[in-house]
Amino acid sequence: PMAAPAAGPPPVLRIVAECGRSRARAGELRLPHGTVPCPVFMPVGTRGTAKGLTAAQLAALGCRICLGNTFHLGTRPGPELVRRSGGLHGFMDWPHNLLTDSGGFQMVSLLELSEVSEEGVLFQPPHGGDPVLLSPERAMEIQNALGADIVMQLDDVVSSTTTGPRLEEAMLRSVRWLDRCVAAHARPQQQRLFAIVQGGTEPELRLRCLRAMTQRAVSGFAIGGLSGGEAKARFWRAVKLCTEHLPRDKPRYLMGVGYATDLVVCVALGCDMFDCVFPTRTARFGSALVPWGSLQLKNQKFAKDFRPIDADCGCPTCQRHSRAYLHALLRCNTAALHLLTLHNVAYQMKLMGSIRDSILRQRFPEFVREFMAAMYGGRGGPPAWAREALESVGITLG
Amino acid sequence: MATAGGARPPAPGDDGRRGAARVARVPRLLRVPVRRRGARMRLKLLGAGRLGSLAGLGRGGAGALALPGCLLYTRAGAAPHLTHDTLREVRGVPGVAHVALPALAEIHDVLEEYKEGAAKFMGMPDAVLYCSLHDPVTPCPSGYNTNKELQGSVMFGAIEGGDILEERLRSARETAKRPVGGFLLDGFQGSAMAKETKLKLIASVTAELPEDKPRIIHGVGKPDEVLECIERGVDIFESFFPFQVTERGCALVFSYDCHPAPEATVLPQNGIQDLEKNGAQEDQEEVSKADPEMTPFEISLKDKKYHDDFGPLLEGCSCYCCQRHTRAYVHHLLVTNELLAGVLLMMHNFQHYFGFFSAVRDALRDSKLDQLKELIFRQALQGPASTALRH
Repeated sequence: PMAAPAAGPPPVLRIVAECGRSRARAGELRLPHGTVPCPVFMPVGTRGTAKGLTAAQLAALGCRICLGNTFHLGTRPGPELVRRSGGLHGFMDWPHNLLTDSGGFQMVSLLELSEVSEEGVLFQPPHGGDPVLLSPERAMEIQNALGADIVMQLDDVVSSTTTGPRLEEAMLRSVRWLDRCVAAHARPQQQRLFAIVQGGTEPELRLRCLRAMTQRAVSGFAIGGLSGGEAKARFWRAVKLCTEHLPRDKPRYLMGVGYATDLVVCVALGCDMFDCVFPTRTARFGSALVPWGSLQLKNQKFAKDFRPIDADCGCPTCQRHSRAYLHALLRCNTAALHLLTLHNVAYQMKLMGSIRDSILRQRFPEFVREFMAAMYGGRGGPPAWAREALESVGITLG
Repeated sequence: MATAGGARPPAPGDDGRRGAARVARVPRLLRVPVRRRGARMRLKLLGAGRLGSLAGLGRGGAGALALPGCLLYTRAGAAPHLTHDTLREVRGVPGVAHVALPALAEIHDVLEEYKEGAAKFMGMPDAVLYCSLHDPVTPCPSGYNTNKELQGSVMFGAIEGGDILEERLRSARETAKRPVGGFLLDGFQGSAMAKETKLKLIASVTAELPEDKPRIIHGVGKPDEVLECIERGVDIFESFFPFQVTERGCALVFSYDCHPAPEATVLPQNGIQDLEKNGAQEDQEEVSKADPEMTPFEISLKDKKYHDDFGPLLEGCSCYCCQRHTRAYVHHLLVTNELLAGVLLMMHNFQHYFGFFSAVRDALRDSKLDQLKELIFRQALQGPASTALRH
């Protein structure tokens, strides 16, 4: 009998349990730098550092995959230098997994400085120098040099509130760019390529994009173009439409989602992977995340509050320090920012761990109810969009 | 408060009791919490110079500080940039932490309500704390007024007198008569005094002090100045200097190894490598352009030349940063304004500085202080490239 043709890289996702009511799944991502339990939240380390945390601290919190950004690293220090440092893993001394995004999102956030054409995105680097063309081929080249375990296609990103012909153009171009990325990807065995589904919040466009992209041989699918300023009612429906049409056996990565409520709801809708700057960024503003919201520790009311941020949190910050001390330290020592970053990452890890655990034990709907009660109990109940989204997958809140 | 900042000469007509008055009004000058019964601070000298230790520190009396040594510089009780777990990765952290009074004064009412002491509030319940009147990095705090005495603390007497020998001697003699736990050589911070005057005064002052009590000096941090003070009878220093180095994006790379391995003399060294890259003259100019505060004991990682330098901050250094990261990485972090730069540099700079003090103690023990002095002073003049010794 003939040998089978060379297979693509092995499948990333192994599903271990599925919620009997909603679309939530619990499983593992099998990646070159180890296994990652999912659903998973990935902290963002934009420029090759998880902000003020050392790689050792981040790993000690249980993080097994985090993000680097191609646009920023591609300009400074540049892919060649990172390659010579042993790739992004070597550069950061990060022994676990990495995911790099393609730089596409910066098109939206640095809009005045960029120009999109079929060729690619022409950037004016914010720190001076000649305009730089980020094409699908160049995005793959940079990501191949950075060496992350998961790499993202270059997509034509528009803001999530865009409507009209530009939205359709961007969606169709993203499909063409996906094909160019697949063709240009020089290291398919070491690095898993994910597609990014676009189409804004227009169901018809999303559907066309889904149908086209799911025909391509990629290792996973991201849901992009959301989590901007769009209405939450449109947001969740777009997410749900995607999970409906994405293959069961490949991971679904919802980009830019990181608020606790959004994570819980979108797991219910069938997403496996998330990233967001929110937890780490808000820490640097003195804000600590807790199951009932957040504490703005710069606020004078915490000056004499001798309790830890969260008595039930096992993170190093909560084990040792009080809100009052953090309040005082915030005034004069960056160590305070790192302590809060530690706590917020720990909070996210714990949340995802609890979510996953509840799915494994077939009590995810109960978990969702408990979560919502803790978060919104005193405040008149969860937001309407969350309620509707959960109900649409069979989870009713009290 | 009479001991604020630089010392003033006494007013005319002063009858010499100023020293006594100062001591009585200086209860806040060393906070080494000591249980009232039992444990007592004591200085043990081992005979080689003032090599020894300060034992019996802290609540249980188990804390100790090797001498000559330095304190751990903190800002509001935490090492700058470092959480407890990152500080734990630094080797040789001294057993006494230094907190500046302004930080505590700011939270005075909070501490009153907390009732369980500053050390516990700051997350180090078992630490031994030294509280100085000023933060050595920001020496002119806004005014505050507190008359509270801290119970159960050991007091150090401040020796004042400006740059006038007579006044210094008087202050030293008067303070030496008091039942203080140790002595603070105050008013030697900054560059107001000529160096020779400063050194002469320090030597004269310590000559008046009992051998069996520790002497601490504020505001002295550079390795060459530390050695000069140690030779003149000073035991304890602050560690704000590695923090200042960190804040300007620099790494300490001076050698304090008096016992290089024989083969090391033929191997290229950190400084020499750098010079070969750029030419010695350019290097010195770039270095001085970088930051006027920069000393010959450090390199400036912001410099473009480190952009693709894949060596550690300092060859042979065993700190967290040098074991895992490169100059290129730290350069990148600095250039992109990443917070991690401060974390990694602080870890390296503290460990290197504490290692220097350990080397001083070893040199005293092995009667090699002169070699160490020669090594340090050579680098003070010419920078780390001047050494042919591998660190």
